[in-house]
Amino acid sequence: MADTPSSGADHAYGFGTRAIHAGAQPDPVTGARATPIHQTTSFVFDSAEHASSLFNLQTFGNVYSRISNPTVAVFEERIASLENGRAALACASGMAAQMAALLAILKTGDHIVAASTLYGGTVGQLGVGFARLGIETTFVDPADPANFARAMRPNTRAVYGETIGNPLVNVLDIAAIADVAHAHGVPLVIDNTVASPYLCNPLQFGADIVVHSATKYIGGHGTTMGGVVVEGGKFPWDNGKFPEMVEPSRAYHGVKFYETFGDFGYTMKARMEVNRTFGGVLSPLNAWLLLQGAETLHLRMREHCRNALKVAQFLQGHPKVRWVNYPGLSGSPHHALAQKQFRAVDGVPGASGILTFGIEGGAAAGEKFIDACEFLSHLANIGDAKTLVIHPASTTHRQLSEEELTRAGVGADMVRLSVGIEDIDDILWDIDQALARATA
Amino acid sequence: MSRTPDTISTLRDVLARCRTIAVVGLSPQWHRPSYFAAKYMQAHGYRIVPVNPVVAQDGGHILGEPCHASLYEAEQAIARQGGRIDMVDCFRKSADIPPLAEEAVAIGASCLWLQLGVVHEDAAQRAEDAGLQVIQNRCVKIEHARLFGGLGWMGVNTGVITAKRLHQLPY
Repeated sequence: MADTPSSGADHAYGFGTRAIHAGAQPDPVTGARATPIHQTTSFVFDSAEHASSLFNLQTFGNVYSRISNPTVAVFEERIASLENGRAALACASGMAAQMAALLAILKTGDHIVAASTLYGGTVGQLGVGFARLGIETTFVDPADPANFARAMRPNTRAVYGETIGNPLVNVLDIAAIADVAHAHGVPLVIDNTVASPYLCNPLQFGADIVVHSATKYIGGHGTTMGGVVVEGGKFPWDNGKFPEMVEPSRAYHGVKFYETFGDFGYTMKARMEVNRTFGGVLSPLNAWLLLQGAETLHLRMREHCRNALKVAQFLQGHPKVRWVNYPGLSGSPHHALAQKQFRAVDGVPGASGILTFGIEGGAAAGEKFIDACEFLSHLANIGDAKTLVIHPASTTHRQLSEEELTRAGVGADMVRLSVGIEDIDDILWDIDQALARATA
Repeated sequence: MSRTPDTISTLRDVLARCRTIAVVGLSPQWHRPSYFAAKYMQAHGYRIVPVNPVVAQDGGHILGEPCHASLYEAEQAIARQGGRIDMVDCFRKSADIPPLAEEAVAIGASCLWLQLGVVHEDAAQRAEDAGLQVIQNRCVKIEHARLFGGLGWMGVNTGVITAKRLHQLPY
């Protein structure tokens, strides 16, 4: 013992190294260095005894790809590592991930408090989809954490928000809202899609569960649907509000998830009781494609941030632009929170690639601007390597009334950009020439 | 005053070297965590030596192995077969650890392992001063699966970053 260090810690690997390596080791059978695509539904048992151990969860192993799959598992561990979490569960899409995250702990009669500025799909899932299951959501203006506190009820079981809202590009004060949730003994669930794990780890600010649409920056190339739920491992599930975490599971033959699996018991419950039974699992091929994307996440996010800031500054000085909303701009009302919560890129807070601006001439000019773009892609996605552009009032938010548009903060003149990683001079050129043609 | 480093390399070394494990407080009930852990280690090639005075009283077995009333009795039985106990794995509350640590030293074990939630700094220090490696507040099964494969299949962040190929299959 004399020649061993008196205290020691494992080497702490950086983000880029983990983005490339976490979860993946050379294949023990073949030595393959890249992660193999395990395109199989099922896995053989060695014996009846091995099978029963697996079904009792007494040993770790694979049974059926609706429960776990080795390729998908590499993706899960990688994102758990990038979020500095304890464990992760991959899902078929971001929507499937937030559903799994919430259904793992909610039942009919429970209540959610959520930010009103959530992505429209999420508002639909909570406000309509979950309402049909008897789970009610109160939406509150997230600008003031006290709004969350005021909406809490005895049956509230989760608080939900987004690190960066879409399309408002508002930044959530994660620590303040985590305090509200924890004062009521419930977890804070954060959708970290727009920031990505590179710019922000919500768990470090007190969130308990993080969800992603991996379809966006994690995959990064607009090719693949996927989602993931990450557990921090610190929430006290035995605080009396979550009996299904501590009592024998009716859905999985009597397992007590929190006692048996401890700090990854929530993830095991989401895996065995939600994904296994509701079926929204990620395919092995999609997991592999998302892993390829994840390997360059750190490089791409830096470029997205650099390009977006330059676009925001260019638009600010443009005579045909009324306003620009980007948390990376020092004048943004969200800049202070960006500075507190986001990793710096080139010495300024990296605020991701999404921004909005108001075009002179309103809705008509907005539609013309989109049509006038040469290589900026008109489509309803974000987080692609390509620059994407959309006019929300005439597309994604078309069904909303004037009043609903105002409440969602979507003005008729609003154009949303998801700034890609093409050459910045080309992006600025295309925006400039399209603005000229749209407002001529 | 050297302390056992809580590192991947230490844990890997302990689990590679210690092949015979006396499990103190091993329950005969299939759904208890001690039974889960011991069954897993036995299936992965470790010899499990149960220590449970209640079961030993009736001459009982757990996991097919005869149960012993104390660590001393376990050590003598294994020594008669020409073996030795490498690790003492404790599923007992923290307050019960000091006499177990003394016994672990006395029987010549090389590792004292305290399971999740079990921590006793004074007892750990005394065992370390006697030359044992001491692991506290960790599960032997979870650490084995973390370092030698299996835990990652459940999406758990193992913290392992390596380009080395595993030389045993993780199941």
